[in-house]
Amino acid sequence: MSASASAGVARPERTLLVLGGVTLACAALFMLVDAGGQWDFILPFRARKLATAVLVGYAIAVSTVLFQTVTGNRVLTPAIMGFDYLYVLIQTCLVFVLGSTTVAGLDPWLLFGVEVTLMVIFSALVNGWLFGVVQGSVHLLLLIGVVLGVLFRSLASFLQRVIEPNEFVFLQDRFFASFNDPEHGLLLVAGGLTLGATVLGFRLLRACDVLVLGREVAINLGVDYSRTVAWVLALVAVLVSVSTALVGPVTFLGLLVANLAYSVTNTYRHALVLPAAALIAAIALVSGQFVLERVFGLDTNPRVIIEFLGGLVFLALLMRKATR
Amino acid sequence: MTRPLIAAVVLAVLAGVSLLIGASHVSWDAVFSPGPDDRAVQVLVISRVPRMFAIMLAGTSLGVAGLLMQMIARNRFVEPTTAGTAESASLGLLAATLLAPGLPVLGKMLVATLFALGGTALFLLVLRRLPLRSALLVPVVGLVLGSIIDSATTFFAYRYDLLQSVNAWTTGDFSTVLRGRYELLWVTLGLTCVAYVAADRFTVAGMGETFTTNLGLNYPRIIALGLVIVALVTAMVVVTVGMIPFLGLIVPNLVTRLMGDNARRSIPWVAVTGAGFVLLCDIIGRVVRHPYEIPGGTIAGVIGSVLFLYLLLRRGARVG
Repeated sequence: MSASASAGVARPERTLLVLGGVTLACAALFMLVDAGGQWDFILPFRARKLATAVLVGYAIAVSTVLFQTVTGNRVLTPAIMGFDYLYVLIQTCLVFVLGSTTVAGLDPWLLFGVEVTLMVIFSALVNGWLFGVVQGSVHLLLLIGVVLGVLFRSLASFLQRVIEPNEFVFLQDRFFASFNDPEHGLLLVAGGLTLGATVLGFRLLRACDVLVLGREVAINLGVDYSRTVAWVLALVAVLVSVSTALVGPVTFLGLLVANLAYSVTNTYRHALVLPAAALIAAIALVSGQFVLERVFGLDTNPRVIIEFLGGLVFLALLMRKATR
Repeated sequence: MTRPLIAAVVLAVLAGVSLLIGASHVSWDAVFSPGPDDRAVQVLVISRVPRMFAIMLAGTSLGVAGLLMQMIARNRFVEPTTAGTAESASLGLLAATLLAPGLPVLGKMLVATLFALGGTALFLLVLRRLPLRSALLVPVVGLVLGSIIDSATTFFAYRYDLLQSVNAWTTGDFSTVLRGRYELLWVTLGLTCVAYVAADRFTVAGMGETFTTNLGLNYPRIIALGLVIVALVTAMVVVTVGMIPFLGLIVPNLVTRLMGDNARRSIPWVAVTGAGFVLLCDIIGRVVRHPYEIPGGTIAGVIGSVLFLYLLLRRGARVG
């Protein structure tokens, strides 16, 4: 970003600072309000919730922006294309093959590692197949993605009932820790994976900036297109696994934060868009959780409200002919 | 005349199988030579026969409702679950349960119908506003609209501890059908007959407003009739057994591919195929994990989405 930006345009760097400040403020409110003096219990308990929200927000935001960069479309997101449910299906299949007792006894690192590896492989297959079959028709891609999501979900719930017809509901709960109850081990593993993906992702940042220009231009500018895309999609698969493992499928949050990030930063540079999206997601989740818990006294997951708003935004985007 | 005969035989066989399988053992001998406790007859009369009728009625009416919707929206991919109709019916049912707990089933169903009508009308309004009438975008919009309505339902259901009921309305499950609990579904048969009587009008309406008006027919009235039938059928199925995803999309598409777009010819076939499809799903669900049951709606979700994908890929980018 050159310093010659006109005074009227907010500079993305400044926007990032503001977003960071708001995020910190939300986090502080969340941690400190209404603690009731029981610090030694409340703080770790809330810290875990906060860490989950921030981690999930980060994973969803970054995976969505990267996915939109690769597909060259601002309406497609991994969640809308059914990838969250693909992860759920993989998880279910593992339990189906190994048996629930074996899975429960496995080391979380190992289990999560296996799940993520499978996720990367399968999402690569699905992506390859989709982009091969559907040439140029974004609407077809969108519809196929949505239907695939339904298919994965139905298959998963089918398998869950085959495994343990009587414990079906219990199983469903075990699959999804919510924001209120992330397991200790899982949170650590998820954090570690996200960190690893981020470090790897740094190498791709500049290439991603070029990918936005489209396939032909990117190749002309010397980007190894198919390799870069494969790498980016692998990272997306890892991040989708992280967020789904922690809180289950969240369909529209990514779309919401990614499009907000584009409009507030007003730039194509991933080094600025990605942090902005992640911060917006963290603000949305933490403040949503705070408002629901302390202001309205509800124990509802903020997910439901985000889905509602995100769905509306999605419709608006479709109406605005954003599916070029 | 052999084709209808074959169809009838297949349907009869499926229905017979549906009567014989289940957690408690029933054999034909026991039915026709009742023993001292005639338990087999009891099981048949109270549970199996009502279940078989419920399945066939739900399959028939949902298939025909899907066909009507496709004519009204002039899009091949519209059906109660891809237009927000089913989700609106669930929301209406929840509203009735929360606000008027004492309401009889019929009253709840009427509230659900009104909501289903409203949701579908909203969907049609949104369609009008869509900038480019891409045929493939229409079901996406409907599915998103459905999920928005669904999240509202989930929110209130979660607050008032009714999530389990909502889940029952959204997954078609026939295991709870007993005599005295499903009779409402017979009304859907009447609605299907109404659709058949008015079939030619729907065929014409499927060709567009101008064309219909030119032929001297009242287009808005035909559309209104179709919407009322669809909303009533959806509400009744949701109230009594729960929704079956994509049925109204798959069955009419397969039938019209073979029979063409004349509703008068295709409605009977859609009715029979729909009934057979749900029977098959329910039988699979009962056999896979005997003596436990997997809801027919879950099986239909798997088979239905696979067939939907097949339809999409077969058509490729060629859209009608």
